[in-house]
Amino acid sequence: MTALIDVSGVTFGYGGAPVLKDVSYVVQQAEFTGIVGPSGSGKTSLLRLLLGTVKPGHGTVTRAPGVAVSYVPQLETVNWNFPVTVEQCVLMSRASKRLLPWATAQEKSDVGSVLERLGIADLGHRHIRELSGGQQQRMFIARALIRRPTLLLMDEPTSGVDVATRHEVLHLLDDLNRDGLAIVLTTHDLNGMAAHLPNLVALQQRVIAYGPPREVIVPDVLERTFGARMEVLQHLGMPVVVDSSDLGVMGAA
Amino acid sequence: MSFWQAVLDPFHYEFFQKGLAAAVMAGALCGLIGVYVTLRGMSYIGHGLSHAIFGGFAAAPLIGVNVALGAGVWGLASALAISAVTRRKRIGADAAIGVVTTASFALGVALVIKFGNRGPAFDAALFGSIIGVSAGDLLLLGGALVFAVAVFSVLYRAFLFATFDPEVADVSGVRVARMDALLMLVLSVSILATLSIIGVTLVAATLVIPPVVARMLTDSFSRMLWTSTGIGAVCGAVGMYASYHLEIPSGTTIVLTNALVFVLVLALTGGRTLRRTAGLDDHADIPVPVGAPV
Repeated sequence: MTALIDVSGVTFGYGGAPVLKDVSYVVQQAEFTGIVGPSGSGKTSLLRLLLGTVKPGHGTVTRAPGVAVSYVPQLETVNWNFPVTVEQCVLMSRASKRLLPWATAQEKSDVGSVLERLGIADLGHRHIRELSGGQQQRMFIARALIRRPTLLLMDEPTSGVDVATRHEVLHLLDDLNRDGLAIVLTTHDLNGMAAHLPNLVALQQRVIAYGPPREVIVPDVLERTFGARMEVLQHLGMPVVVDSSDLGVMGAA
Repeated sequence: MSFWQAVLDPFHYEFFQKGLAAAVMAGALCGLIGVYVTLRGMSYIGHGLSHAIFGGFAAAPLIGVNVALGAGVWGLASALAISAVTRRKRIGADAAIGVVTTASFALGVALVIKFGNRGPAFDAALFGSIIGVSAGDLLLLGGALVFAVAVFSVLYRAFLFATFDPEVADVSGVRVARMDALLMLVLSVSILATLSIIGVTLVAATLVIPPVVARMLTDSFSRMLWTSTGIGAVCGAVGMYASYHLEIPSGTTIVLTNALVFVLVLALTGGRTLRRTAGLDDHADIPVPVGAPV
């Protein structure tokens, strides 16, 4: 395995108390990992360190030469009234040294190919507001892919989307990962998202655990990560987290 | 007087020819840059900067400096002061703009009252005028327009990305902080160049109305740029004729023409397209870059 980004002994904060303490984590080539943790656990900060938008107070973040990173933001942070079509949105991330603003035939062909690959080829001229949740996520993934990344970073890709969209996004990411794209995402959705991923990082200022879901989604790790006792059941070979209060209700029923 | 007489007669006067050329260029310039200003929620900055520049307009002749140069430097210094105060995050951008720009405007008024007006006409700077547009004014406007078109053409994709999604643009190789500084520079130069035609008190409307109307007419960013620029230019021309025939300051008639176009489009589309403008100018904040890439 080749390391794409090596986070080593990093402590990081925004001026006050550190939000990450002595965090070490290596993003490997073609891995597919979810970073889980409650609000304030440092998920977004770790993502920003991987992106390179913030620098660590202590420790190092080393990116291997030639690694291209693309980022997909949370859908909830997007201004859906912005006057932009799907094609324009995808094309904006393609760096251009041309003096003329319009796209070349090659660029138009590239946009067509990436939209085709993501199954939204017929939506290129639509305004972004006219898309469903799944299509919106596909459009932003298309914008990320057109830069031909080796690593895709995503912030809460299933936050605020319905169950069908969540399944759609999961299958799509799984396909992309099988094609060799490394994916690291943050999520707070343990059952709907995290349990379906090959690898997880449980984060609470420090890395509490790293490994496949069966090793990370266990009561002890969850209690240290989320600060509350949670029960874990097994269903079809996958861990299912049950809130203790739910068990109480079930027991009383 | 027939329609054609009303259109052609004013051309007998050189001041009108210059005034019309200036109004069309000023309208197009404000319409173009207004797209970025409204989409980034900076229209209050445009309003504030125009008032700040008035301070420089009044002070420059008193210390023997060229008015355009003095007002330009003053405006840019105000923009940087607002930016510096905002980045410290002690007070919000809207409050910083309120303090810096209105104080600068008040200083300008005080200087003119105390020492008299030694530069271009006081009324013209406030409300715009078609009289007294010099060849130098036209040159400044033309230069500002060419500069703005060149910047937004060459950096079209980078500006679109930085406007729509600054955080992702920043990690995708777009230098958002530089884009913002460049946008402020183009805005300052544009306000300065349009000062004598539209006036400091009215320039904000010409930065806001054309893009809002254009947004109501299209969902495409590139078409919005063209439409807004065109609406600004046409409103500049119509406003200039209205100024000539009604003997009202040109800034006033240009803004009223813009407002009339807005009402007409609203009426013709039955208000259906108004919801598209919901995301425009939803925050009056100086864009602060997320951080420099490693």
